[in-house]
Amino acid sequence: MTTRRGFLASVLAASAAPRLGWAAAGNPAYLAAAQLGDGAHVLLGLTASGAEAFRVALPARGHAGAAHPTRPEAVVFARRPGYFALVIDAATGRVRQQLTPPAGHQFNGHGVYVDGGATLLTVEQAAEGSAGFVSLWDAASGYSRIGGFETHGIGPHDMRLMPDGHTLVVANGGIETDAGDRTKLNVRTMKPNLAYLSRDGELLGKIELDQELRRNSIRHLAVRADGLVGFAMQWEGEPGMGWPLLGLHRRGEAPVLAQAPLADELAMNGYAGSIAFSADGREVAITSPYGGRLHRFSAGGAFVAAEARQDICGLAPHPDGFIASDGFGGLITIGPGGARPLIRHDLSWDNHIVTL
Amino acid sequence: MRLLMRLPLALSAALALAAPAVAGVDEALDDHILPGFAGFAEAAGAMAEAARSDCTAPALAEAYHSAFDAWLAVGDLRIGPSETGALEIAFWPDARGFTQKTIAGLIRSENPVVDDPEAFSELSVAGRGLFALEMLLFDPAYKDYGTESYGCRLAQALTGDLARQAAALNDAWRSDFAPVMRTAGAPENARFLSPGEVVQAIYTQVLTSLDITAQSRLGRPMGTFERPRPARAEARRSGRSLRNVVLATDAAVSLAEALAGRDLPETRAALARVHAAAGTIEDPAFGDLNDPGARFRLEVLQQKVLAVRSAIEQELGDPLGLSAGFNSQDGD
Repeated sequence: MTTRRGFLASVLAASAAPRLGWAAAGNPAYLAAAQLGDGAHVLLGLTASGAEAFRVALPARGHAGAAHPTRPEAVVFARRPGYFALVIDAATGRVRQQLTPPAGHQFNGHGVYVDGGATLLTVEQAAEGSAGFVSLWDAASGYSRIGGFETHGIGPHDMRLMPDGHTLVVANGGIETDAGDRTKLNVRTMKPNLAYLSRDGELLGKIELDQELRRNSIRHLAVRADGLVGFAMQWEGEPGMGWPLLGLHRRGEAPVLAQAPLADELAMNGYAGSIAFSADGREVAITSPYGGRLHRFSAGGAFVAAEARQDICGLAPHPDGFIASDGFGGLITIGPGGARPLIRHDLSWDNHIVTL
Repeated sequence: MRLLMRLPLALSAALALAAPAVAGVDEALDDHILPGFAGFAEAAGAMAEAARSDCTAPALAEAYHSAFDAWLAVGDLRIGPSETGALEIAFWPDARGFTQKTIAGLIRSENPVVDDPEAFSELSVAGRGLFALEMLLFDPAYKDYGTESYGCRLAQALTGDLARQAAALNDAWRSDFAPVMRTAGAPENARFLSPGEVVQAIYTQVLTSLDITAQSRLGRPMGTFERPRPARAEARRSGRSLRNVVLATDAAVSLAEALAGRDLPETRAALARVHAAAGTIEDPAFGDLNDPGARFRLEVLQQKVLAVRSAIEQELGDPLGLSAGFNSQDGD
């Protein structure tokens, strides 16, 4: 909902911001939500060395976020079922505005800026039936909702903008959840897909995995500069099956499933929580907080190595390779030579690290 | 103290906070974990030796049970070398039936891989370890092999591989991972950024072990009331499903006490109730689960195992401010 006050604030910010940019918020390289020891929730800006660039208090637990490409402005999504998203002014540390999903919709934890930051896209699902939607919000007019379209799947979660700047890739997780909580209603019949949509919502392509992998919910995405898409999955079927949790896809080609050796695969406990390509694009990794481990693969899908770290989940590219966060406040980097400690903050990092 | 002053403030604060608990890490390693792996390596070595002198199934049963007993002291650990190494020893649960497929395939083709230890160790984990050996020694389809048969060579290959894996696991814990646990917070240690994290990790292993026993060892064969699944019981072929429940629970309590560095009387009392409930179970392989009375007794046993978990949370976790991980509690 756009209030007059919110509108004015954003107009002021918009006019002042290009001069300041993210430098006004301490030049963070990443955003990450966290919980403090006293239970309070915060959003932190982090430099590449893991130092705190800024800190904003959040009224509730955040999941992932989207960073504005030029202004020190970020949107933080509530955890599912998401009844709000917050527009954060990272320079002043203030929550500038609250976005409310359209009637009958819930935010699903992820979103992206497009059009050079002019438009925010949010991933949503219908409260009843979990059909996926995307809403478009106009940043310049104080995030007024200016449209929306379907994601062509049930229970979408992550969405990314492709390098062409106008194609979207959406992880339609396939899971129908109860309107009031996160109870899964259709695990027996779920049918996730990876959908490519135009910036205006036209379905450009859709892939589904084989029948035996139908309970592998496609949930998180990473996109390499050349358009290679990595998708991380969460297995909803019987435990201990050891199916692959990472897929790689290039439009027009068949998806490649990246499989670790059986014992490693089983140690992931059927769950990948985050995915990222390394900064040089040569590797792709997934994390499992349930397994307390990270799996590295070549960008072609060959298993490289596992790294252990309790409660690891957040993952993003880093000049050394990857940066990963965990529930014990740790930040580590993972390079060709393995994991190295970076810094430990006195808080619990939430699921994701957002790259600026 | 001089060392502490050079460390960043947050880390030294964490060290100071964790300091009283750090002693428990050495005790957990020295009193429980490392002797456990050494004991299993010894038992597995003895089993391989037994197989070299008499490879037949009846002759190997006793050594198999001794090795499995020894394994349960540390078998539920899923950290460090045991993250994947545990599956080299005990591949269970086997949701896709890999063990049966692999063993049947080896025997059908009389695959000569059994004569090459190096190549054998490259076989799928599902075709090696205690559960593959159990299938060979106790399944009616395979157990009657003679001394000159392929089964005999397979028994020697499986026990030989177990002995090598056990020795490798013991060595990896002693030489590699125990030092990593003891040097938490050191500059190059990316696995543990503070000593408190090690306490947390061992504590999590204790709770996870009890979860494995309650949810898998008992929960899988129990299935639903309408559809019990006794064929899913762990080590049912060798009739040691119940024994595994008891020994794994004993081991979890022993590790918890080592970590605590003191007796845990409420936990001990809860463990005694597990033993009492186990005494009421009639079929040690849980084959009688279609009988509602038998099923009820197993449910009681499951509740008693979960009561041990609660007691450990109250007696050990709460005083140390420990809980399960933040992200691993609820994903998204």
